[in-house]
Amino acid sequence: MKIKTLASAIALTSATLIAFPSLAADTIKVGVLHSLSGTMAISETTLKDTVLMMVEEQNKKGGLLGKKLEAVVVDPASNWPLFAEKARELLTEEEVDVIFGCWTSVSRKSVLPVIEELNGLMFYPVQYEGEESSKNVFYTGAAPNQQAIPAVNYLKDELEVERWVLAGTDYVYPRTTNKILEAYLKDMGVAEEDIMINYTPFGHSDWQSIVSDIKKFGSAGKKTAVVSTINGDANVPFYKELGNQGISSEDIPVVAFSVGEEELSGLDTAPLVGHLAAWNYFQSVETDENEEFITQWQAFTGNPDRVTNDPMEATFIGFNMWANAVTEAGTTDVDAVEQAMIGQETPNLTGGTAVMNKNHHLSKPVLIGEIQDDGQFETVWETDGVVPGDAWSDFLPGSKDLIADWTDPLKCGNYNTETKMCSGQNY
Amino acid sequence: MKRILRLCLIGIFMALPTWLMAVETKNLLSELTQTKLSKMPAVLEQLEAQGDESLLPVFRAWLGGDLYYTRADSHLVVKTKVAGETVYMGVFSQEVDAELGSKQVRKIKVNNKLRGLLRGTIARLQLTSKQPELRESAVRELLADLDRDTFTTLEALYPQETHSSVQEMMQTALSLYTAKDPKQSQSARLAAIDYLSASLENDVRNGLVQLSQDGNAVIAAASNKALDRINQSVERYAFVDQLFFGLSLGSVLLLASIGLAITFGVMGVINMAHGEMIMLGAYTTYVVQLIMPNYIDYSIWVAIPAAFLVSGLMGVLIERLVICRLHGRPLETLLATFGISLILQQLVRTIFSPLNRQVSTPSWMSGSWEINPVLSLTLNRLYILAFALLVFIALVLILKKSSLGLNVRAVSQNRSMAKAMGVKTEWVDAMTFGLGSGIAGIAGVALSQLTNVGPNLGQAYIIDSFMVVVFGGVGNLLGALVAAFTLGIANKFLEPTTGAVLAAIFVLVFIILFIQKRPKGLFPQKGRAAE
Amino acid sequence: MSKLLHWFSAGRTSGKYTLPFVILLLGITLLASAANLLLPESSALHVSTYSITLLGKYLCYAMLALAVDIIWGYCGILSLGHGAFFALGGYAMGMYLMRQIGDRGVYGHPTLPDFMVFLDWQELPWFWLGMDQFWFAMIMAVLVPGLLAFVFGWLAFRSRVTGVYLSIMTQALTYALLLAFFRNEMGFGGNNGLTDFKEILGFDLQSDATRVSLFIITALLLALVLLVSQRILSSRLGKVTLAVRDAEARTRFIGYRTERYKVWLFVYSAVIAGVAGALYVPQVGIINPGEFSPINSIEIVIWVAVGGRGTLIGAIIGALLVNYAKTRFTAIMPDGWLFALGALFVLVTLFLPKGLIGLYGQLKSKRQTLSTQEASS
Repeated sequence: MKIKTLASAIALTSATLIAFPSLAADTIKVGVLHSLSGTMAISETTLKDTVLMMVEEQNKKGGLLGKKLEAVVVDPASNWPLFAEKARELLTEEEVDVIFGCWTSVSRKSVLPVIEELNGLMFYPVQYEGEESSKNVFYTGAAPNQQAIPAVNYLKDELEVERWVLAGTDYVYPRTTNKILEAYLKDMGVAEEDIMINYTPFGHSDWQSIVSDIKKFGSAGKKTAVVSTINGDANVPFYKELGNQGISSEDIPVVAFSVGEEELSGLDTAPLVGHLAAWNYFQSVETDENEEFITQWQAFTGNPDRVTNDPMEATFIGFNMWANAVTEAGTTDVDAVEQAMIGQETPNLTGGTAVMNKNHHLSKPVLIGEIQDDGQFETVWETDGVVPGDAWSDFLPGSKDLIADWTDPLKCGNYNTETKMCSGQNY
Repeated sequence: MKRILRLCLIGIFMALPTWLMAVETKNLLSELTQTKLSKMPAVLEQLEAQGDESLLPVFRAWLGGDLYYTRADSHLVVKTKVAGETVYMGVFSQEVDAELGSKQVRKIKVNNKLRGLLRGTIARLQLTSKQPELRESAVRELLADLDRDTFTTLEALYPQETHSSVQEMMQTALSLYTAKDPKQSQSARLAAIDYLSASLENDVRNGLVQLSQDGNAVIAAASNKALDRINQSVERYAFVDQLFFGLSLGSVLLLASIGLAITFGVMGVINMAHGEMIMLGAYTTYVVQLIMPNYIDYSIWVAIPAAFLVSGLMGVLIERLVICRLHGRPLETLLATFGISLILQQLVRTIFSPLNRQVSTPSWMSGSWEINPVLSLTLNRLYILAFALLVFIALVLILKKSSLGLNVRAVSQNRSMAKAMGVKTEWVDAMTFGLGSGIAGIAGVALSQLTNVGPNLGQAYIIDSFMVVVFGGVGNLLGALVAAFTLGIANKFLEPTTGAVLAAIFVLVFIILFIQKRPKGLFPQKGRAAE
Repeated sequence: MSKLLHWFSAGRTSGKYTLPFVILLLGITLLASAANLLLPESSALHVSTYSITLLGKYLCYAMLALAVDIIWGYCGILSLGHGAFFALGGYAMGMYLMRQIGDRGVYGHPTLPDFMVFLDWQELPWFWLGMDQFWFAMIMAVLVPGLLAFVFGWLAFRSRVTGVYLSIMTQALTYALLLAFFRNEMGFGGNNGLTDFKEILGFDLQSDATRVSLFIITALLLALVLLVSQRILSSRLGKVTLAVRDAEARTRFIGYRTERYKVWLFVYSAVIAGVAGALYVPQVGIINPGEFSPINSIEIVIWVAVGGRGTLIGAIIGALLVNYAKTRFTAIMPDGWLFALGALFVLVTLFLPKGLIGLYGQLKSKRQTLSTQEASS
């Protein structure tokens, strides 16, 4: 009697657990792993919509390999362990062929072991700290040498900046970027006392003291600039405080790596005109591809004022490259697509072509723009050609001998050129 | 010399019509439309050398990024707004050219470097402006890099100057130059340094720092002494500054928590959706600005009552639908209101998108009140501080003087007795909750001027609000006031030495320990209601 | 053996479902494990590894809910900071797992975890010493939460901080820890926390066998904790705690040192939370400061409320159900699941004051009255 009840209970449990009936295999599944709720929803929802738009466009063109694409959206709710769980769900339950996802470093780090274990394929579209190259991940955002270093060069050469404030939110990306920049600045002969480093918690909202410190630091008679790696929500109160304390962009320009059109749309930019940002893409760049993309996006969202930004372009490039690689490989098999990805070229939205390198990072142009009063950026400087993304920074003692190369014969994301060793790999 | 002559002839120049403008200047101006950004500084320098005040409108528009030229015939126009419409008008003629739209014109680019140069140029041209403030700021602008030319110009202008503050600024500039000039006699330089020791100007301080390394030991010693004097007063002002930061943070905490002090303190309801009431207020401000885009300056006055109504009505709704059914079960209300807060957040996300919304600051609230070069108080925070105190006083008056307040106090002290005396306790509960929520909505209006208006706004303040109320003593408005300002000031005085994060941790640990010492907060409630 | 069984099943009648529940729990666990390891993937009854880790996670949450229910349901202490004890236990386990990576980290340093190499640290901070020993780490996973609970409880209960004050203080505690663990200087990996674990006690964490073993261990420990707690709460000590919950002042006047009972129960609860955290980390593969966030702790309380406060099985069922609902909702309606979750909380508190277990009781008593009515008619 008892056994019977138990058996039925178990049958019930397992039935609910294997709830998703596997769909017919005539679609190619695209997993979307972006937070739709919680603190990161603010940035990530846009990328979810971008992927949905790209899938729709691809289906209009007839899909891939004669199959339609199907987007599978899940919500990891800005909860890092949940990212790993949802990644596992996408790969084992939904059996997606590719994942577009993650924004924060911690979410990527959380997902990474799962993707590597299950041999999935992920495209990560956000600028990040580098120091990583996984066989299963393609990094389509900027590495520090594609954003931070050119920006500092610009400030130094064009604006003759001599004193530096490195302000960031206390997590890996700002820490790494600031370490790289500190080493870089010292190499260029900037004295210790001309560098001020400051970290604040996530969502920091009371910037009075810090902005006033920056003001004091900047009043020593040398041209001063702030290099900001302040993240997301903390930016609005930071810029508001800057404006109110009367720090204009001519006195102390701020160059930001995490402030794009999307972030600016939540704030009155009139007091911020002239502050800078370094990205690989600006909405204001006038090319035919970009115009088409913007029109598409605004039509897709049904909002004629909706802005575009750099991580969207990174998603765009990643998606197109993946589609090309799948066509080239003739299959969605991860290993085949991974090899086909390397060397892929696809047009940038800002002109020129992006190239996927052997280290799974892109070669892209770097643009520096000034904030305008309409919430857009105006490009004031750009690199002559494309800059190849560097997975391992040359300016950090721990990683200057490391390289990543996913082609034969190395096939290693973490190869030490001194010791000739490949470390940190699971397989 | 040429410069002085030119300055003396302003009157005539001002009257000159455009067509009389020197041919070179005209050519230079047309060059603006073809030059690359990197070559612009050279053109600007030439323009300044050749031009005069009549070019000021060009420079100002250029600085503001409003200078355009027509694609058709490359003549310069300025972008302005007339009654909310973007129009273009001739730089010199000041006449609107209705034909021009954004497609027919092109922007003359400007970047930070150019803005800096333009400001210098404008300053030099403005030395003779009619408005004393402009003259003063022009002289101040020149302090950074004084040269022989400017010195002589200032020297010439000084005797004619009638406005005392401009005179002082000029005197400072002259002294700074004299002090630095090794050709001057030692006594003159010492006198100049002595004069400078009373100035708080940043450039003066930097100049003195340079002078303190001077080869002339007497000058160096005098500079050091002057620096000491300046630094002393700078430190004094820095203290005032920090105090203001603390008060300002305190006022934000007060606004955020005072509504909670009512719902939590008076009614004993732990309202986890309190943060979302603040958020609703902030979104109301956004909607109000959306409705009246051309009257941003007045929008706040509409937003305050609107936010009070929106959040207040939502509060009454929540009270009637949920909280009144959970009476006497404070911990259950916590759970239910937490559910409500999730729903409200997602509601806002669905209606307004998860992105932050842009709330503009009225012009009268932006900028800062410059008391002197080292002490300036930001206006928005100043207004919010005053506003928080006003709200507090109003609330105290309502509770102490109005009949609603009497009922609220009666119900909070002894519910069953109040009911027996004929007080409609249900109505009082709804009104109290509505009042607390409405105040939270008003706090949202204030916060929209300081921080993000997004779905997570409320979450950022809820814990701090609870800390304030508990620290101050539940059920005590005065406690909330004292607690908010104490925590704000403590936080800001800790921050320079410990950093923002550790300061917050210390404050939290302090509250935890304090509550062990005084379990009912700073101002414990007395009487039977306390148990 | 029979003596032991008797010891566990002794006590008040409310515990009469405990033993069957434990048997059911263990039965499902074993069958699910067998279905994962023995059945081929093509089989319809195969339970995927994804489901196993998911179930393992739920069971950890269930243990955490149990910990909260012990003090809230039986002693009236509403802790809004139990996530802190859970996370501390998790960090102890995480530190052990981190040390097991050895030189397989990104930078290949023999002892230092990657994030320390990256922050230019030359040697391990003192609190990381010994964490490479499993037994030591496990003692820490129990000791640290226990000690913190003891200090906090001793201070708070001695000075008679009660009710909402206490709840808010526990919230402040976990919030302060959240901020502290976010700091990179603390030496716990900052915002990223600890991740990229390789093996536990020499077993590969990514193998199905290890996952299943962890899952079974979690279930066994949950059963053990449930039985022990049931026993404790139905003993004399349990009666005193109930008295404290219902009328603390009166209990005190009778002559009981109520604060002592509260402190020890609080410590016991924190230790359980710590164990749950230690089991949680190897199964989800990451521990980071987010676990300290006050919202998480509130959620735990809600699981208990949904299941039924004051019944240990209710807390477990609540945790399992809410988390299962969350998993399903986030997949089915990613944009709207917060509406559903929020509504669930509101409706449960409004209409099911005693939770789902209470609903069962309500229905049963209704049926009983009906049947007695029928019998009388």
